[in-house]
Amino acid sequence: MLLRHTPKEITERTALTINPAKTCQPIGAMYAALGIHGCLPHSHGSQGCCAYHRSTLTRHYKEPISASTSSFTEGASVFGGQANMLQAINNIFSVYDPEVIAIHTTCLSETIGDDLKQIRKKAQDEGKVPAGKTIIGANTPSYVGSHVTGFASMTKSMAMLAEPTGKKNGKVNVIPGWVEPADMEELKRMMGLIGVKYIMFPDTSGVLNGPLSGEFKMFPAGGTTVAELKSCGDSVGTLALGEWCSAEAGRWLDANCKVPCKVLDMPFGLAATDRFIEALRTIAGVTIPEEISHERGQLVDMISDMHQYLYHKKVALVGDPDQLVAMTEFLVSLDMWPTHIVTGTPGSRFEKRIREITKDLPYGVNVKAAGDMFLLHQWIKNEPVDLLIGNTYCKYIARDEDIPYVRWGFPILDRQGHQYFPTVGYKGGIRLLEKILGVLMDRLDRDAPETSFELVM
Amino acid sequence: MATATATKKNTASWDPAEVKKELLAKYPAKVARKRAKQIMINEALGNETPEISANVRTTPGIITMRGCTYAGCKGVIMGPTRDIVNITHGPIGCGFYSWLTRRNQTQAPEGSENFMPYCFSTDMQDSDIIFGGEKKLERAIQEAYDLFHPKSIAVFATCPVGLIGDDIHTVTRRMKEKFGDCNVYAFSCEGYKGVSQSAGHHIANNQVFRHIVGENDEPKAGEFKINLLGEYNIGGDGFEIDRILKKCGITNIATFSGNSSYDQFASAHQADLNTVMCHRSINYVADMMETKFGIPWIKVNFIGAQATAKSLRKIAEYFGDRKLTDRVEAVIAEEMPLVEAALKEITPRTAGKTAMLFVGGSRAHHYQELFAELGMRTISAGYEFAHRDDYEGRQVIPTLEVDADSRNIEEIEVTADEKRYRPRKSDKELKALAKSGYQFKHYDGLIPDMEKGTLVIDDLNQYEAEKLVELMQPDIFCAGIKEKFSIQKLGVPMKQLHSYDSGGPYAGFKGAINFYQEIDRLVNSRVWSYMKAPWQANPQLSATFVWE
Repeated sequence: MLLRHTPKEITERTALTINPAKTCQPIGAMYAALGIHGCLPHSHGSQGCCAYHRSTLTRHYKEPISASTSSFTEGASVFGGQANMLQAINNIFSVYDPEVIAIHTTCLSETIGDDLKQIRKKAQDEGKVPAGKTIIGANTPSYVGSHVTGFASMTKSMAMLAEPTGKKNGKVNVIPGWVEPADMEELKRMMGLIGVKYIMFPDTSGVLNGPLSGEFKMFPAGGTTVAELKSCGDSVGTLALGEWCSAEAGRWLDANCKVPCKVLDMPFGLAATDRFIEALRTIAGVTIPEEISHERGQLVDMISDMHQYLYHKKVALVGDPDQLVAMTEFLVSLDMWPTHIVTGTPGSRFEKRIREITKDLPYGVNVKAAGDMFLLHQWIKNEPVDLLIGNTYCKYIARDEDIPYVRWGFPILDRQGHQYFPTVGYKGGIRLLEKILGVLMDRLDRDAPETSFELVM
Repeated sequence: MATATATKKNTASWDPAEVKKELLAKYPAKVARKRAKQIMINEALGNETPEISANVRTTPGIITMRGCTYAGCKGVIMGPTRDIVNITHGPIGCGFYSWLTRRNQTQAPEGSENFMPYCFSTDMQDSDIIFGGEKKLERAIQEAYDLFHPKSIAVFATCPVGLIGDDIHTVTRRMKEKFGDCNVYAFSCEGYKGVSQSAGHHIANNQVFRHIVGENDEPKAGEFKINLLGEYNIGGDGFEIDRILKKCGITNIATFSGNSSYDQFASAHQADLNTVMCHRSINYVADMMETKFGIPWIKVNFIGAQATAKSLRKIAEYFGDRKLTDRVEAVIAEEMPLVEAALKEITPRTAGKTAMLFVGGSRAHHYQELFAELGMRTISAGYEFAHRDDYEGRQVIPTLEVDADSRNIEEIEVTADEKRYRPRKSDKELKALAKSGYQFKHYDGLIPDMEKGTLVIDDLNQYEAEKLVELMQPDIFCAGIKEKFSIQKLGVPMKQLHSYDSGGPYAGFKGAINFYQEIDRLVNSRVWSYMKAPWQANPQLSATFVWE
C-alpha cells in the first residue's frame, strides 16, 4: 500500500495538513498571467517559488512556461526587494522584450512588506518601462487563500487595466476562470456560434497548447491583448464564470466602470452550460443557433443511453471550488451520488453551496472546505465509493482502495488530453461522461465473471 | 530505428569566441560583465585550469534554471528519506511542489514505514505570520507523532519562517525531549538563503550529520563496508548500484540519501570507506566523517559503464583484498559483454553526434562519460548550482572566496569522536596506496575532461540556452523540466537529467545500456522530421491537381 499509514479512524487535526488539496496563490497568478498576450509573469520572491511554479505548470501542460523572478537573497529579504525588482524590470525589457510584465508577490515579499504599487511607480518614474509597455501586479501572499485566490487576484488586475471611454463597445466580457486552454477555446467556439462579440480574459488558448514546428516563440500568438483589456470597461456586461476564480474581477468592473456583472457557475455539465447559454442569449439578444441545441441534445442523449451505469453510483471528489460546484450539480443531474467532497481552498460558502445542490439526496454528504486529501481518503475508507474524481495525486488513493478514477482538475501530471479536449459546454459534458463511463465500464469488464462478461454494453 | 535524422550530419561549425560574444550581446552592460565570467571558453592556459565564476547570485529578471535552498534541502537531500516524517513549516506551496515530484524511488518492505507518498505541512495562514507559527508547529509535530509514531520527525523552514523569527530548533528540541522515542530536529533552509539549491544541500547534510549519523552502534554485518554519498536513486540508479555492489560482495551500509532509511544514516559511521558520487552536494560530509570517525573518502562515478568498472576497481584497491579484487574483476567481465553488445548495435547511429549538458552539480560532468561511450561529443556543459571546485578541481577550495551569500551557511566544527574514531588504514598502508597512485579526497572537476574549444557555462539561463542551440546546433540537449519544451520546440531532442523524464536507471552497467537505448531513441526519432507540413516545406504551388 502506498498510503499505508492512513488510518480509517478520523481524529481531529488543527495544525497539520496532510496531502493538501490546494497549493499557493502565486502559481494561480502565474497561470492567469500567461493568458495575456505577450506577457511575462514575474515572481517577486526567492528563486524557488518561480522554479516550482514553472515546473508544475510545465508538467501539467507539457509546454514551455517562461517566467522570471526577483531572485531574492538574504540581503534583499532584510533590506527589501525593491532594488531586485527594478533591476529585474530593466533586464526583462532588455532581454525578453514582452508587451506586459505581470508581477505577483510571494509570502517572502509580502512578509517583509514590499509595496508593489510604489515599486511599479518608481520603475515608471525612472524610465525603466519602455513606451507602450505595461506592468500589472497582484498581491498574492501564499499564506492567504489558495492557488485559486491567486488566479482571481491576477484576473482582477487585468480588469483594472480597463480605460472606459464612455462609449460602449458592444461586447460581453467573459471571464472563464481557471480552466484549460482547450476549455477557453471551446468557450470561444460556442460564443462564435451564437454570434456574441466578447472580450475573454485571461485566455491561455494559443499560449499553452501550442504546436511543434521547429520554432520556439516565447510569446505565442494567443492571449488577451492589452488593447482588449483596456476596452473591457466599455463592455455591455460581464459574465464571470466561477464565484472563486472570476467574480472579483467582474465585480470590480461593475463597481468601477459600471459594467454590470453576472456571476455564473463554470459551465461544466448540462445545467451550468444551460445557464451560460441562456445568459449569452439574453445579454446579446440573439436566437440560439441550432448547432448549440443539437450539441445539447447529444449530451442529453448520451445521459439517457447510459443512465443505468451511472444511477446511484457513489462519487468522491476533490479539487477547486468552482469546478466542484459545477461537477457536483452535474453528477446529481445524472442521478449519481456525490458522497465525499473536499477542496483545500478555504471558505464556508463552498460547503453551503454544495449542501444546497445535494439537499434532495437521501443521505448526508461529507463536504469540507480547507480540507485535505488525507481526510478524503479517511472518508472513503469509512464509506467506500464507486468513483473518484480529482487531480493526479488521487492515483495513490485510487490504487490503494481500488477505485475507478477520472483525472480532472489541476495538476494532471501523468496523462494527456486536458490541453486539447475541453470539458466545458455540452461537448465537454460528453467528454466528461465518456471518461466517467470509461472507467466504470472497464471496472465492470474487469470484475465480471466469465458467465456474465458482456459484449454489448 | 528511424533513419530520418540519422543522415543529418552535424555540420555546424562555430568559433567559441563568437558564440560567447553572441550570448552576451543583448544584455545590459552590468549583466554582460557578470555573465562573461560565468561563460568560459575551455582553452589551454599553460598548466592551469581556466577560472570560472560559480556559486554566485543569479541576476534578477534573468530566467534561471535554479531553484532555492528549501528545494535543495527538503526536496533533494531529505526527499528520499522514507521513514522520517518531513514537515514543511510554512504556507502550503513549498510542501505541495516538493511532494513526489523528484522520482527518487524507495524500496520499503511491506509493513515498514514509508512516508514518501505523503506531504506534511503546517499550511501557515496570515494569523500565523502575524502572531508567530511556533505554537502551530508544535501542535503539528504532536499530531504527526500521535498519528504515525515515527522514529523521526524533521521540520523544514520556508521563507516567512526565518523572517518572522519562529525558533524551530527550540520547538523541535522540546518535542524530542517530550516524546523520548522520536528524534525531532529542524532545518533552517529558508528559500532566500544562499544563491541556489546548493546551500540547501549543505544545510540538510549538516543536520543529518549532527542529529543522526553515529546514533546506532549496533554492529552491521558484512565485509568491505562502504557508504555511498550523494546518490539519490532517481529512476532507480541506487538500486542498480546496490545490485552491482552486492554482486561484488561489497556491503553498502548507507546511501546518502537514495533509498535510505533512518537506521542507515545512524549506522554510517561503521563503514570503512566513503565513496562520493555527487561531489557538489556532499563532499563536506565525507570530510566531516573522516575527521570525526576516521573514514577516508574517494570520489567515484557509477554513470558510464567504464566509469562504473573504474570505481569498483578503486574500491577493491582500497580494501586490498585478493578475494574482493577477483570478484570485482569477475563481475566486470560478466557485465561488460552486454554493454559492449549494446554499444556495437547502437554506436553506428550515435557516433559523431553532439550533446549539451546543463544540469546539477555533478551530472553535467558524469553524463559526459555515457555520451563518450556512444561516440558523442559534449560541446558545451555547465552546472546549475555547482561551485568552482566542481569545475576546476578541489585544489581551488582553499582559495574560494567567502561572500555575503555563503557566509550564512553554517560550517560545522568537527573533532574526532572519542569513542568512535578509528583510523581505517595505518600510515604505512596509506603511504603504500599513495605510492601506487591511489588518490583520496580527489576530484579534478569538469573542465579538464572537456575538449578544448568547448564552452563551459555556469547557471545557464533560458535565453542563452536558446541562443546556444541556435548557434551550435547540438543533436541533443540535457537539462531539467523547465527547459524541456522550449528546447524541443526548436526541434532538438531534450533529455531531462534531473528526473530522467520517466526513464532510468542510468547508473551502473544495466543503466548504461538503458541510457544508450534512450539516447538512440531521442536522437534518431522520426518525430524531428515532421516539423514542417508539406505545404510549408514547398509553399510554391507548381502544378494543379490532376484527377486520374
